[in-house]
Amino acid sequence: MLESVLVANRGEIARRIIGTSRRLGIRSVAVYSEADADLPFVREADEAVLIGPPPPAQSYLDAAAILAAARRSGASAIHPGYGFLSENAAFAHQVLAEGLAWVGPTPQAIEQMGDKINARNLMSRAGVPVALGSTEPVADAGAALAEAERIGYPVMVKAAAGGGGIGMSAATGPEALQTAFETARARAERFFGSPAILLERFFERARHVEVQIMGCGDGRVVALGERDCSVQRRHQKVAEETPSPGVTPQLREALLASAVRAGEAVGYLGAGTVEFLLDVLTGEFVFLEMNTRLQVEHPVTELVTGIDLVEQQFLVASGEPVSFGPDDVRADGHALEFRVYAEDPVRFLPSPGAITQWEQPAGPGIRVDAGYQAGNKVTPFYDPLLAKLCVHGQTRDEALGRAREAVAAFQLAGPKTNLPFHADLLASEAFISGDYDTTVVAGLRP
Amino acid sequence: MAEVRAEMVANVWKVVASEGDQIEDGDTLVILESMKMEIPVLAEEAGTLTKLHVNEGDVVQEGDLIATIG
Repeated sequence: MLESVLVANRGEIARRIIGTSRRLGIRSVAVYSEADADLPFVREADEAVLIGPPPPAQSYLDAAAILAAARRSGASAIHPGYGFLSENAAFAHQVLAEGLAWVGPTPQAIEQMGDKINARNLMSRAGVPVALGSTEPVADAGAALAEAERIGYPVMVKAAAGGGGIGMSAATGPEALQTAFETARARAERFFGSPAILLERFFERARHVEVQIMGCGDGRVVALGERDCSVQRRHQKVAEETPSPGVTPQLREALLASAVRAGEAVGYLGAGTVEFLLDVLTGEFVFLEMNTRLQVEHPVTELVTGIDLVEQQFLVASGEPVSFGPDDVRADGHALEFRVYAEDPVRFLPSPGAITQWEQPAGPGIRVDAGYQAGNKVTPFYDPLLAKLCVHGQTRDEALGRAREAVAAFQLAGPKTNLPFHADLLASEAFISGDYDTTVVAGLRP
Repeated sequence: MAEVRAEMVANVWKVVASEGDQIEDGDTLVILESMKMEIPVLAEEAGTLTKLHVNEGDVVQEGDLIATIG
């Protein structure tokens, strides 16, 4: 097993990784920016290194500062969490070149999946269904119009190097496409440093369903069930659940087999997620993208399988076999995750500020992965995720009941939060019925 | 005279309008950035943009004056 690990991240995910490190006797090293000095993850790590001022470019995205911290602390591995440098192939290369273990897939796999156009082409060749769309970058607005004609409206416009829904928008006709293309290109340049754009067929009624995979290091890729992530605002996930209420056993078998094929096509190592769009009208699914890292919503998979995914990542990174029998993965019951964001619950605008009260729910079937506590300050420099409220029950109904109680019991004051939104979601007929798609939030907040 | 103020702590990412501009209700004046999100600050009435109180890269606090429309 690894002797020590530097966690190149912050907030709830850093804390969560440090928790498993402690349980396994791995020495943990946190890195933090000046803005995060008081957060729990800094205190809970065995050692913490200040790496720079608050802006991400000067701290959590500063590869040189993080590698210097690894050298100084004698860390033997780096876990990148999600976001920041987690899908940066060049950083993964540097980590390995320093002689450290990289808790993630090979830099080659990150690179192959990082470019969405390349990933689509690769998946298509591997026999994974993809939506009609670009096979090469769309150079300008004129080319976008021609491509949209070929695909047929409505189309989705995306940054090829993108993620997190940034710069993504749907266009129903040529005029909207011009605007969508320019917006996508400007944001792609700014956020991802690459102006490459792709177009894809847009599904008006779709569920976002993803599959957790684990590349075991012995050549085997195992699927650990799906997660439904259709509750989204601004193309970003707000709540997730497993199993998906929209997936039949037959469909599940097909989805999981496709995800395994996707992982095998890039020789995938460790934890990864293959995202699909499920067309509600036809029941067909297409590959969306692959996230070559631990996913924010991984706890719901852990709650139903009983498998600690971070532990498996550590095992694979140290060349050891995973702790579960790949052939006897079983899902028990139903789990949901609610992302508690520092944002107003109506318009979903950011709401930084000092946390004056933080009392989180506890009890059977309740898990809270929190990045903050009372007295901490939520700054405008990072994403608005405060905590992930996760619930587990033997049935979906039981889990929904626990979720309602837990949302009501979560007392958080200071920044505005979206907890009232989650209460509305849990009271909505669409969500309760399980028959919802990616438009469910818009239906609740017209 | 109308004052446009920041609704939250944010960084000023882009200043879109210039002093002296004729502004319509709903025009974007500046774009703020907070928590990885771009937030356009819009004029809530028409008039002349008499004063811009922020520059790109500034950090504004909730309630800070961003622009004055005359």
